Amino acid sequence: MEKKIKTPKESFGLRIKRDFTKNWQIYVMILPVLLYFLIFSYLPMAGIVIAFQKFSPALGILKSPFIGLKNFTDFFGSYYCGRLIGNTLLLGTATLIFAFPCPVILALLLNEVYNKAYKKAVQTISYLPYFISMVVICGLIKNFTASDGFVTQIIVALGGEKRNLLADPALFRPVYVISDIWKNVGFNSIIYLAALSGVNQELYEAAAIDGAGRWKQTIHVTLPGIAPTVIIMLVLAMGGLFNVGFEKVILLYNSMTMETADVIQSFVYRKGLTDANFGYSTAVGLFNSVINTILLLTANRISRKVTETSLF
Amino acid sequence: MYRRSAAYRIFSVINYIFLGLLMAVCLMPVVHVFFSSISDPALLKVHTGLVAWPLGRPTLKGYGIVLGNSRIARSYMNTVFYVGSSTALGVFLTMMGGYVLSRRNFLLKKPIMVFITFTMMFNGGLIPFYLVVKGLGWLDTPLAVIVPGCLSVFNIVLMRTAMMGISDSLYESAVLDGAGHFTCFCRIAAPLSKPTIAAIVLFSAVAQWNSWFQAMIFLKSRKLFPLQLVVREILVENNTTSVTSGADVTSGALSQNLYKYLVQYSTVIVTILPIICIYPFLQKYFVNGIMVGSLKE
Repeated sequence: MEKKIKTPKESFGLRIKRDFTKNWQIYVMILPVLLYFLIFSYLPMAGIVIAFQKFSPALGILKSPFIGLKNFTDFFGSYYCGRLIGNTLLLGTATLIFAFPCPVILALLLNEVYNKAYKKAVQTISYLPYFISMVVICGLIKNFTASDGFVTQIIVALGGEKRNLLADPALFRPVYVISDIWKNVGFNSIIYLAALSGVNQELYEAAAIDGAGRWKQTIHVTLPGIAPTVIIMLVLAMGGLFNVGFEKVILLYNSMTMETADVIQSFVYRKGLTDANFGYSTAVGLFNSVINTILLLTANRISRKVTETSLF
Repeated sequence: MYRRSAAYRIFSVINYIFLGLLMAVCLMPVVHVFFSSISDPALLKVHTGLVAWPLGRPTLKGYGIVLGNSRIARSYMNTVFYVGSSTALGVFLTMMGGYVLSRRNFLLKKPIMVFITFTMMFNGGLIPFYLVVKGLGWLDTPLAVIVPGCLSVFNIVLMRTAMMGISDSLYESAVLDGAGHFTCFCRIAAPLSKPTIAAIVLFSAVAQWNSWFQAMIFLKSRKLFPLQLVVREILVENNTTSVTSGADVTSGALSQNLYKYLVQYSTVIVTILPIICIYPFLQKYFVNGIMVGSLKE
């Protein structure tokens, strides 16, 4: 092993310079990657200044007049503010509460399947919807929930009323969350299955000797074994609480369901790119990003405190 | 053993049935779409509910209309081009990034890692991103769908983890023979991380095949549209006129209406077919990729 010789007197800049003459190729290789993130991640971050401007594309970022926090006060004072925050929070929370546990449960159930072929079949088939594009999924959802669609028919058979489900604001959230579970449950269970295979088998034997049945074993051995993975995934999910899948919202909503379906990001898209109200919509988007970041960091901190597992 | 207890046996039976139902629920939409797409259009139009068997005599008419349509054919070619170039570019950059960040002696490793991972935590938002692409003069050009989004931090970290597993002694002996970083990259790092590269190729290709939002906001000319945008029009906006009005098969509004559902279902199958074809590989590599990604450093 080549040991790095510490020379504290030499400045970092000088070391880089020396390293560059020797290893210039490595700098050339990383350059395009850095440029990519600079242009498509950091330049947009700098572009956030237009949230504080009355931005007009003709004047550009440098010449558009600054108007302080007016875009923000306009948004917080508007009729949309409460509705958008409420919708985003409700849709995010509903997904977290109903969709998050499903893959964990599926993994636990798969863990009790001892027929290898059957297990493999369930896995293979339940991963499938994950790979189908959002556009096709939403097209199918629309088709199935139309007034003569087959989901609607099942509901009619169960005593419901025949109508277009996506025209009813009260049903947007259930449709969104249920289809989300359907699309992702199989695929998201992979990570828990991996965690399950890592649980020490001797612990089960020890528990069995102590007289624990399968249920007790699950509670006392399996669940603690996969807890770190579950918590990491929960942290990720909580960090993304305000990051509702707006592509799906944009594909599924219509003028009738706007009151429950419209979320912050779909509003940003509409205001910014359809109405060309750049400054205002950047301000709304910034509000959303800041909440996202705070949520992620908070969830991460909580997780580190409680379980000593964290993302960063 | 718990497996012999009566309670566990009852649980097992219920469990197998439940998982069977889950399979049915996941498979049903695909089955419905497939059999609908080869059904008799007149019967399909009046049929309501699940189609678990072709209605009437199986026909390939829907596929005839869809594949014969120049707009769909063109968007298909566009998508293939976008997927190919975006994946090639993205994977190449990911490999170089992964290589550089996997080298222990690289002085800027830490700061660059921070620089890259910070973008996962915070971003500028949709509008500034749009304005950057617009500022580059890429609006309504293929570049707008190919370049932005071709690189992902997750993939770079995945690549780096794989390349960190390569033994230092390999590099050392190569350097003794006069190899530079380019040679080490091409002759050692790249060939030794083939499985991860394959996984990332699949990740990127599927993501690009399924993407539509970027194309929607950046592309205006119809001739540049990828498949998903055309599918959106046919399926989500429920507008099949541009497809069924192809004079070769139909005449008049009546038959346009007749073929509407057939065209919708056939389009879905044509769109998801490539994904189904590479599904066995997807399953293998995605699962492995996720396992590697879930390992903490």
